[in-house]
This record gives sequence, C-alpha cells and structure tokens, in this order.
Amino acid sequence: MSTQPTVLTDPTADAAAEGEVVLKVRDLCVRFPSDEGMVNAVSDLSYDARLGRTLAIVGESGSGKSVSSMSVLGLHNPKRTMMSGSIMLDGQEIVGASPSQLQKVRSSTVAMVFQDPQSSLHPFYRIGNQIAEAYKAHHRVSNAVAMKRAVEMLDLVGIPNPDRRARSYPHEFSGGMRQRAMIALGLVNNPKLLIADEPTTALDVTVQAQILDLLKDLQREFGSAIVLITHDLAVVAEVADDILVMYAGRAVERGLAKQVLADPLHPYTWGLLQSLPSASEEQDHLRAIRGAPPSLVALPTGCSFHPRCDFQAAVGGDACVSTLPQLTPAPGDDSRLTRCHLLDPRGVLNEEIHP
Amino acid sequence: MSELLKVTDLVKHFPVREMQGLKMVRGDVRAVDGVSFTVDHGQTLGLVGESGCGKSTTSRLITRLLEPTSGSILFEGNELAHASEARLRPYRRDLQIVFQDPYSSLNPRHTVATILSTPLRVHGLAKGREKQRVQELLELVGLNPEHINRYPNEFSGGQRQRIGIARALAVEPKLIIADEPVSALDVSIQAQVMNLLGSLRRELDLAFIFIAHDLGVVRHFCDRVAVMYLGKIVEQGDRQQIYTAPQHPYTQALLSAAPDINVVRGVPPKERIRLVGDVPSPVNPPSGCRFRTRCWKAQDICASVEPSLESANGAAPGHTLACHFPEVKTQLTAEVPA
Repeated sequence: MSTQPTVLTDPTADAAAEGEVVLKVRDLCVRFPSDEGMVNAVSDLSYDARLGRTLAIVGESGSGKSVSSMSVLGLHNPKRTMMSGSIMLDGQEIVGASPSQLQKVRSSTVAMVFQDPQSSLHPFYRIGNQIAEAYKAHHRVSNAVAMKRAVEMLDLVGIPNPDRRARSYPHEFSGGMRQRAMIALGLVNNPKLLIADEPTTALDVTVQAQILDLLKDLQREFGSAIVLITHDLAVVAEVADDILVMYAGRAVERGLAKQVLADPLHPYTWGLLQSLPSASEEQDHLRAIRGAPPSLVALPTGCSFHPRCDFQAAVGGDACVSTLPQLTPAPGDDSRLTRCHLLDPRGVLNEEIHP
Repeated sequence: MSELLKVTDLVKHFPVREMQGLKMVRGDVRAVDGVSFTVDHGQTLGLVGESGCGKSTTSRLITRLLEPTSGSILFEGNELAHASEARLRPYRRDLQIVFQDPYSSLNPRHTVATILSTPLRVHGLAKGREKQRVQELLELVGLNPEHINRYPNEFSGGQRQRIGIARALAVEPKLIIADEPVSALDVSIQAQVMNLLGSLRRELDLAFIFIAHDLGVVRHFCDRVAVMYLGKIVEQGDRQQIYTAPQHPYTQALLSAAPDINVVRGVPPKERIRLVGDVPSPVNPPSGCRFRTRCWKAQDICASVEPSLESANGAAPGHTLACHFPEVKTQLTAEVPA
C-alpha cells in the first residue's frame, strides 16, 4: 500500500493558503455555575490559529486551556455555559450556533485528539469501523469505500499491517498505537484544524517522541493548523511555532514560541521556566513559584498572578493589587504581547533572576 | 557511607492464563526478572524506564507489599524477601513509601490528624503527645499545623502530596520509596514538592529510591540512576555517568527522546535516536538481550547470549551495563553555553 494516498490531498491546503487564519478567537469569555459560585473559566481570550502552523496553549490545571478549546468544538453544555465573544472557525461563528450547525462544522473542519486514547475510543467497536463511521458521517460512500479509507489512514499514521489492525479492538493496541489511531480518526475528514489536548502526556518518552514527529510530518503533508494544549514547555520548544501562556483563565503572554521561551517577559512564564528540572543540565535548586493557582470562582483583584508574584515592588504602588493589566505589546516589540504592569521586564529579569 | 539496602537477583513473576485460539496457555508475566542494586545510607537511587519495565513492581517488592518469587532483599543485613508479617513489622518503620496519586492514596473519610497519627499508634511512637507530633510533621512539610482537623478534599493536589510525605516521615524511616511522587502535579507545584523532598533529605539524612519517568526530575534529585527495560536493569551508574556518558543503546535512546527546552536558546537539537515499535510482552520476552528487537546495533550474538550487567571497558567504577556493543555517546546532552 502506498504511504501517500493521493485521495487525501486537500485542494484548499496548497502552499498559497499557508498562513491563512482558520480559527479566530476574539474576547472569548466562558463561565458556568457550580456549587461554590460562578466559575470564570476563560476571560477575554483572543488568538488566531493559522494553516501550517502550530500554536501551543500552555498553562497549569485550571488555567482555562482545555475549556477554551472545548468551546471551539462546542463541546460544552449549552444550557449551563455562558459564552460571549466570538469564535470564527473557517468563517463560521461558533458562539451561539445551533447544535446542527455545530455538528456540520465539527470534524469536517476541526478534529480533536484527547489525552487519554483509552477512554476516547469506543471499546466495543473495531478501530477500522470507528474511523470508517467518522468518514461516512461526512461523505456519502459505501461501507467498503469508507473501510478502505480507514485502512489508508491507519497506514498513514504508521500502524503496521493496517488492513489486519483495522479489525482490532482498542484494547488490543498499545498506548502509542491507540494515540496513532486517535490521530487517524481525527484526520480522516481532512480537517483544517486539529486540536490536540495533551496528546502525549499519557505516553512514555520514546513513544511521545514518535507521536510528536508524526504530528509534525502530517502537518507538513496536509498543511493543517494545530492547536497543541500542553503543560510541558520542553514539548512546546520542540514543536510549536506560536505560544499562548494562560493563567487563571487569561492569556498572560503571547508570541513566537522561540522568542517567548528564550526571552520571557511575564513573571509567571519566568516561574514556569525556572520550575522545570532539565534532563540536559544540572541545577541545585529549583526556583518554584510559591503558593497555588487561584480558585476560578473567586479570582484575586487586579492581576490574577499578584498573590504569587515576587516583582510587585518593582512595579511600585498598588497597581498589581488594584488594576488588571491589559495584554499589551511588549516595549519595543509589537509581535510580543504580555499582561504585566512591569515597565522594563527585561531589566528586572536580568537583575533579579539572571544576575 | 555504609550499605543500607542490598537487593540481589530479585525476581517477581505473575502467573497468567490466556487463550491462544482455543488453547489455554499458562505463562508468567516476568515483571521483575533478576534485578540487583544497593542503596547506601543517605543515598538517592533513581529508577527510570518506560511503563511496564518493572520499576513500580520493584518498589512494591522492597516494601514487601508483594512477595518476591526469588532473590534476596537485605535491609541492614536482615533478609526481608520471604520474612513473615510479624518479622517484617519492625522494618516497616524503616521503609516507607510515597505514592504517585495524592488523591487515591489518602482516605477521604479520615482527617489529617487521623491519617498522620495512625502510623504513630501502630508503631507505638510519640505516646501521649501524638497531636503535638502531628503538628510538627505538618510544619515540617510546609503545611499549616492548624489544619489538623481538615479532610483531604479540602487540600490541593500539591498539599495532599505533602500530607503523603508527612505520613511517610511520621515513623522516622531510613529509606523512603517515592513512586512517581511529582508526576501528578502541575509544574510550579512539582518544583515546590521537589524542593521539599530535597531539603528533607538533607535535614533528616534520608535515603531514597526515586521512581520516575521524567528524566529531568531524576537528574535533579538522584545521586545514582538505574535504567530498567522489561524487568531488568540495563545500565546503572552515578547521575553524571548516566546523563553525560551513557553507553547502553536504550539509555541513549531514552535520553535523546526527551524533549529539550534548550533548543530555544540556540543549543543545537540533539541527534534523535528513534526507536521503532513497542516494548515486547513481558510474558514472552525476546531471547538473549531483551532490547535487541528495537536496537539498531543488534547482531546474532544479541539473540543467543544474554549480556550480563558488568563494568564496560573504560567505564568509571560503579558504572555497569548489560550490552554486547557498548559505546560512549556524549553529544546527547551537550552542556548549555552560559
């Protein structure tokens, strides 16, 4: 079987379209009620995902990174969730769309790969049937054609003996193979946007490397946009083009991944980078961020990060406690955005952290 | 430093039955298959490897939550491998374990006071001043001693892990086995718990067996590192030796697969060694060297003769590995320019 089936090539994903914005999120707010009160899961979030590029959304648990991408797919409970702002997916508005409109957009334009492939594949159905079913939902084809397509997809994601393995059940696959099958399922309808929510967190490091390589190869071949949700900054450094750092439901820093990681401007990003033990160098002591992330029910006043931030003195006054900083271009660099009151973050970084 | 724990040829097989067609086949999952290492007083040994390599089973054997099939576990010269429950009791105090999941390892119906005083009562420690001791422990792990009557669900993940650590410390152990103690925690909290473990190790002169899949965490915390693959140790040595001059192909592949954040600082990307395929089944491991089915150096001898764990040519003392074709690869973890 050929490893590059020609039927898969999407005519819209040619070189001329590279860089086209597939997903445009503007001022997105997502809130839902809970026993403790209103949860402000996402506030004022804006970002673009472009064809052929990988955007990494980074943050800790409860930072809103998963909720924001779930709302892109309309996977929230519409009765309970309050959404405002705009999510334009390939020119169509998602916020306020009816379930049938959402159904049409889902998986023809966007697909999602979840963290745990064990629980996102149906245990009673054969892998091939599950992929074929997804294909048939959007194409009027016979079972045989859909199955042929499923086998091609399994071949494409590097599963050996695809025609035999298509008849396997999910439990017969290893974790890495299941994640490959998930990716095949996501890509079967040639989505322009692939949202991968912690796709390698449950996997071993050698398998993680295989899956990240696979995502990069597939992106090169199909030119789709990838939104990679992760907490692992080392993964971001290796695969992402752009990065969005989230804290307590808000974007705190945005820019090119290489620039942000090499020259971070927000104190939270500094803290994350310094908390990271590295396999390639030795450190005596990790500079941990003190405290814990805030509750999304009762966010701190002013800057959400101020209770854990060591640099309020450098700002002076009570701006950090009283006023929420805006996401503004960094001094002297319009391509970078940061949400911090510090006027000269680079100066503070050089004096206090890298003396 | 004197020897605290000496494990020799530790083996654990779990019997399994599976259907092959219509035939019922009996076999053994060889979870741990001949593992030997020593831990000195105050030393930290890291066990690394992928899921299913036997690192957690090893920890459960040493704490005798499981009884080994064969082999010896000498703790301060006393044989624990097949000791009875009554004979084990005094050593239970010296060997404590911290689990991975801070949610399922604490009883949700017990208050912190109950959780931390139970080990004291079991071992008859701090009689009459249990409450005071519990508060000391909370303070030691950086929690508010006034929270003694709270339940686990009132704490965050990082705080729960601190309670788990306090419970292990309650009986003043000599060796703590930490099975993925930080992998369930967020990065910023992970660093806090790592720093806590580091300062406790220094203050209380504890020995650790530290099990983790995160190579960065192990490099940060451990003096010695043992790399496991399919129930066996394939390479063992000081941290420096394993991370800067690994000789076993599997260690090299593992280190090269770890994503490295330093690529953004202009460090050239590591030369990637891509392993193909999956780890073979531990029910029916490959003959000879177990890594040979995924190894790019494999030759005929690898399938017929199993390499033993021994010092290789040119390897520093204390650095052992099991490979027929060892080779030093240093460029895998090039030092970062300042």
